[in-house]
Amino acid sequence: MKTIFAESVPGRGSRFFASDAPAAAKMLPAGLLRSRPPRLPECSELDVVRHFTRLSRLNYSVDANFYPLGSCTMKYNPKFTEYVAGLPGFARLHPLLAQLGRGAARTQGALRCLHEIEVLLCEITGMEAFTLQPMAGANGEFTGVSLMAAYHRAKGRARAKMLIPDSAHGTNPASAALAGLEIVNVESRDGMVDPEALAACLAEHDGDVVGLMMTCPNTLGLMESRLPEIVALLRGADALLYYDGANMNAILGKMRVGDAGFDVVHLNLHKTFATPHGGGGPGSGPVGVNARLLPFLPAPRVVKGEDGDFFLNDNLPQSIGAVGPFYGSFAVIVKALAYMLRLGGEGLERVAEYAVLNANYLKKRLQNVLDIPFERICAHEFVASAPEGLRALDIAKALLDRGFHAPTVYFPLIVRECLMAEPTETESKQTLDAYVEALREIVEQGGKDPAGLAAAPLNMPVRRLDETTAARRMALTEDMG
Amino acid sequence: MSNTPPDLLYSKTHEWVRPEGEEAVIGITFFAQEALGDVTYVEMPREGDALTAGGEFGSVESVKAASELVSPVSGTVVAANAELETAPETLNSSPYNEGWIVRVRLSAKPDGLMDAAAYEAHCAAEKH
Repeated sequence: MKTIFAESVPGRGSRFFASDAPAAAKMLPAGLLRSRPPRLPECSELDVVRHFTRLSRLNYSVDANFYPLGSCTMKYNPKFTEYVAGLPGFARLHPLLAQLGRGAARTQGALRCLHEIEVLLCEITGMEAFTLQPMAGANGEFTGVSLMAAYHRAKGRARAKMLIPDSAHGTNPASAALAGLEIVNVESRDGMVDPEALAACLAEHDGDVVGLMMTCPNTLGLMESRLPEIVALLRGADALLYYDGANMNAILGKMRVGDAGFDVVHLNLHKTFATPHGGGGPGSGPVGVNARLLPFLPAPRVVKGEDGDFFLNDNLPQSIGAVGPFYGSFAVIVKALAYMLRLGGEGLERVAEYAVLNANYLKKRLQNVLDIPFERICAHEFVASAPEGLRALDIAKALLDRGFHAPTVYFPLIVRECLMAEPTETESKQTLDAYVEALREIVEQGGKDPAGLAAAPLNMPVRRLDETTAARRMALTEDMG
Repeated sequence: MSNTPPDLLYSKTHEWVRPEGEEAVIGITFFAQEALGDVTYVEMPREGDALTAGGEFGSVESVKAASELVSPVSGTVVAANAELETAPETLNSSPYNEGWIVRVRLSAKPDGLMDAAAYEAHCAAEKH
């Protein structure tokens, strides 16, 4: 694939203008200076437009195709939210203004948005308060885990173990480890957290357990059926219960995690509340807490004063500090707020209903095509195994040729040759039916001609990539000349 | 070669042990490497590191997943297989021979491990 540098012709574009600013050599140590000027691409506007338009056509997006990537909630992102976030009062607002003397008075609209989304998120989840600072899900997890650790520290305890079910997202153990905790794996039974296994873990690490991180419904698309027992066990050990909001789409308006006994929750606004994501961002991962954890929330917090004005409160002596710049991904938060207000409570409930209906419809229709290990009604997503003799990876690649994004493959790890699909509420029956037919064709083809299937994709910009060599001989830099 | 050599001991987490007097060699099983797929990186302990039975002693990364290595025995590492640093694919091509991971001086007799037949039954149960 050609980079923009390949389009460069000397003299066509970039010019350096004379400047009165002091030379870099006067400001930086010699070791940090370039030995020669950077090579910048020299292109006309048309070169640039064509280059990036070409790149965009190689891209795969939910605006173009069905995108059933499990646990990623790749729903359609309605365009009116882009309009709202692009309003000059939001788009041109300087992030420092609210923090300057009398700046709050000039940013009441923006502060009100932050306050209102916090109130709505509390209503949806049953939590006491939210921080909007975390920039994405994993940042939210780190924040949540840090809050749990701060709770125990404030009680004078040096607890060090975080319990994590074997069906958890890989980011859960990574976030807990980053926060300095040791991970203890809790084995699941029938795809769910097993209270007996949990009790055994709590007994083995008595007095040392910070809490349990749960995804509910879990990554198998199953609703945990023994939650009250789990909550009681943790309360008994004064350990905290964390809710990973990756699968929030399944329970919007149907279950409030705070009422169910969770102490801390992170949400992915970019998944559940329909802001564009994938390819690394921008995300937004607000973290909600109940009263026990409220004193430790990151500073500053937006507060509504008695006079009805909004201001930033920095005076939070027990706060864990800042976890992201300013107030989080402000534009993403504005889009999510616009989405929530547009749908209303009834609309958000319908999101969960259709998300679950679509997943169950797809699961039922695929029953004779793939191996479905759990027959129970699923939530917003489900797992399937490639039929005996076929590989999940080959099926995934063949789907690309037929105009569908692949489901998540080889996750969760406890399912053989796993394909994990989350259709979301925004897909029509016609799209789901077409996806079923594509899979049926692929499985049939694979049965007759496995080698042909292993050659897929044939019609993509690139053929089968050698992931193994890419991982074994990593090239993480490119020579820019 | 059988996929489960009869002369080895096996753990539930798919490591094998070959006791050799005071020492033992440890690796991962054919079943484990097949489940992982193409191995891309092996993180190993160093000579002199202490291993505890049931404790983590490294990890294996593949194109599908990263998986912890759980020590089936207690002891001190006397050698780690340097070849795996440059050629991690050896774990796939020869899990029981060239793909050994560490050699350990045992501090206790191996305990709670399975023989080949019990391990094969364990794998068959795990497939479903």
